[in-house]
Amino acid sequence: MKVLGFILRKEFRQIFRDKTILAMMFAVPVIQLIIFPLAANFEVKNVNVAFVDYDRSTFSQRLLNKIASSGYFRIVGNTISYQDAQRLIEKNEADIILEIPNGFERNLVREGRQEVNMAMDAINGTKSSIGGGYLMAVLADFNRSLEVNVKNVHSGPSAPAAGIDITYSIWFNPLAEYKYYMVPGILVLLLTMIGGFITALNIVREKEIGTIEQINVTPIKKWEFILGKLIPFWIVGMIVFTVGLIVMYLVYGIFPVGSLATLYLFAAVYLVALLGFGLLISTFSNSQLQAMFVAFFFIMIFILMSGFFTSIDSMPPWARQISNLTPVTHFIAVVRLIVLKGSSLSQVKTELLYLGIFAVLLNGAAILNYRKTS
Amino acid sequence: MKKLFAFIRKEFYHVFRDRRTLLILFGLPVVQIILFGFALNSEVKNISITVLDHAHDNHSEQIINKIRASSYFIFKPAVGAYSDIEEQFKEGNIKCALIFPANFGEDLSRSGKAEVQIIADGADPNTATILINYLNAIIAGYQQSLKSGAPPPYQIIPVVRQLYNETQNGSLNFIPGVIALIFMIVSTALTSVSVVREKELGTMEILLVSPFRPIMVLIAKTVPYLILSLINFIIILILSVYLLKVEIRGSLVLLFAESILFIITCLSLGLLVSNVTNSQQTAMLFSMMGMMLPTLLLTGFLFPLENMPWIFQAISHVIPSRYYFIIIKAVMLKGLGFSYIWKETLILAGMSVFLLAVALKNFKIRLS
Repeated sequence: MKVLGFILRKEFRQIFRDKTILAMMFAVPVIQLIIFPLAANFEVKNVNVAFVDYDRSTFSQRLLNKIASSGYFRIVGNTISYQDAQRLIEKNEADIILEIPNGFERNLVREGRQEVNMAMDAINGTKSSIGGGYLMAVLADFNRSLEVNVKNVHSGPSAPAAGIDITYSIWFNPLAEYKYYMVPGILVLLLTMIGGFITALNIVREKEIGTIEQINVTPIKKWEFILGKLIPFWIVGMIVFTVGLIVMYLVYGIFPVGSLATLYLFAAVYLVALLGFGLLISTFSNSQLQAMFVAFFFIMIFILMSGFFTSIDSMPPWARQISNLTPVTHFIAVVRLIVLKGSSLSQVKTELLYLGIFAVLLNGAAILNYRKTS
Repeated sequence: MKKLFAFIRKEFYHVFRDRRTLLILFGLPVVQIILFGFALNSEVKNISITVLDHAHDNHSEQIINKIRASSYFIFKPAVGAYSDIEEQFKEGNIKCALIFPANFGEDLSRSGKAEVQIIADGADPNTATILINYLNAIIAGYQQSLKSGAPPPYQIIPVVRQLYNETQNGSLNFIPGVIALIFMIVSTALTSVSVVREKELGTMEILLVSPFRPIMVLIAKTVPYLILSLINFIIILILSVYLLKVEIRGSLVLLFAESILFIITCLSLGLLVSNVTNSQQTAMLFSMMGMMLPTLLLTGFLFPLENMPWIFQAISHVIPSRYYFIIIKAVMLKGLGFSYIWKETLILAGMSVFLLAVALKNFKIRLS
């Protein structure tokens, strides 16, 4: 136990000596946590619509006004041909072309139906598909307003249409604000990157500089060495997590609905698992560069598969299996459950089991893989 | 010249000796392409839904069957009480619940008006809004089938075309981003480490006392990573064309020329980082942690730039990958020529010159 105390003192001294690293461990996550939820936004505004009007009728003008007044669209180049509109798309000045053919109003009145062409710049995936959806909604709305007008003209006020009234409520986040989804996720992400990278670099640095030889000739036991590496970064990780929670509250006003104790319990177990993962990579690697790249490779896969950006449910079955086998997935799920919905420990206990298994396996492997002889 | 060549060879030895890093370097694009191409999906599918049916009549059951038939939803066992719904949400079992009040069918057939309630999980707002739309459409469709009358008069039917991507190949959206990201990682991170490592291991002294000029050191340091990046680029192109069926529309020569320009920008950035840092750890943390998220977020690859607060839009102008992203989309996917991208090219070239100049100026020929 006394030996462990000495190792810990050495590690802490090393951490505090390098001021750049220390600053990076705290400043980078805080700055990124403040900045990125603001930037990560799927909401689409200012979709540029090139309105190509070959009809120039009252109806097409009304449609144009309706689109322009909806707030989501900016009309560019109103009085142009389709070729000009296409050039606007090529120059990235328009996202969607809406082409109103000649005879639009006449056909509508006479036959009751008319096609309009909508061409979207499919390269700007998110913007054009979401913008296209909005535009369709505006068109559908326009249809309905025409319907009402016509009914009023021809048959007087009609009987209310039969209908199923759909009411909906969005729980835990009534306004469907994106920050509630993003901020807890980004917090986990930053914690993972900091913890994973720094521990991955740690042992291998001693190897590269040669100081590991000095440790290898002492009677320090393997588990003492690994534990000595683990504890300081575990403490750093918990502090980063706490700072992150404070930022989350002060900047975004998100305070965990569930119990803080449960949240910290999960964070504690998750950090042990994550740091074990970093140390395992560190014992495997021969150079810092290698350790960093291996860590980056896995953490990137973890993050992509974790359900941070895209929903896990939409993945094919094999990908869901992989996703289940990564610790980040479980921790993100739990943080979102506890912070946003206030789930209790008994409701998320299986996740704790998962994280516990990861912690034991990864650290066990790290201890086994650390060799004092070369 | 001969000296330079020998030095480049030394750098190559460094790279090839480290097999694991090399494997990761080439594995990275392959794994990213596979994950983005086949695993990650921005479409919302397999939404877990539960039903609280107080009505249990013909109408409610038909609607439930309609939802069951749609591929977007997965049915979880129906719940018996309102309070169970919250429990299910908190355990993370469901994403939405549909509630039919008692007398649903009776109300609908007698007065023509009935209510249903949808509860969606706001912890994932994107999915929540989409699933509400799905359910709305399904219920509206059911309603329409009840009326079975003529379609409403006056219909404007949009005919939708996806320009540049008629087959709706989802891969087109992420490939430019993956390429830009890989270049940033390989070029910036690797170069940034390569100079610092010599400082840390002490071999920098030897270089500095040799008659080798600083500019030569920098050139020799960058050439191997330029070549590695290009090989990676070719791998990505081959995978995109043959595995993901992406069509390259523009000129390959232009594509390569622009890519080399962007790689040079990244390499210059890497050199600058390595010159101002003193340990591999700092250099790596800076180029990985400090640059990765900004690159991901401010390139316009994951999230549309136009909706960000103005300050981010301003910052995004100094991020090189932003311009490369525009270039590669224009050349590779839209098949446009140089006249559409000369501005971006000029900016990238200017950035490279600036970064290289600063890096060279900061290259210390004396160790403190």
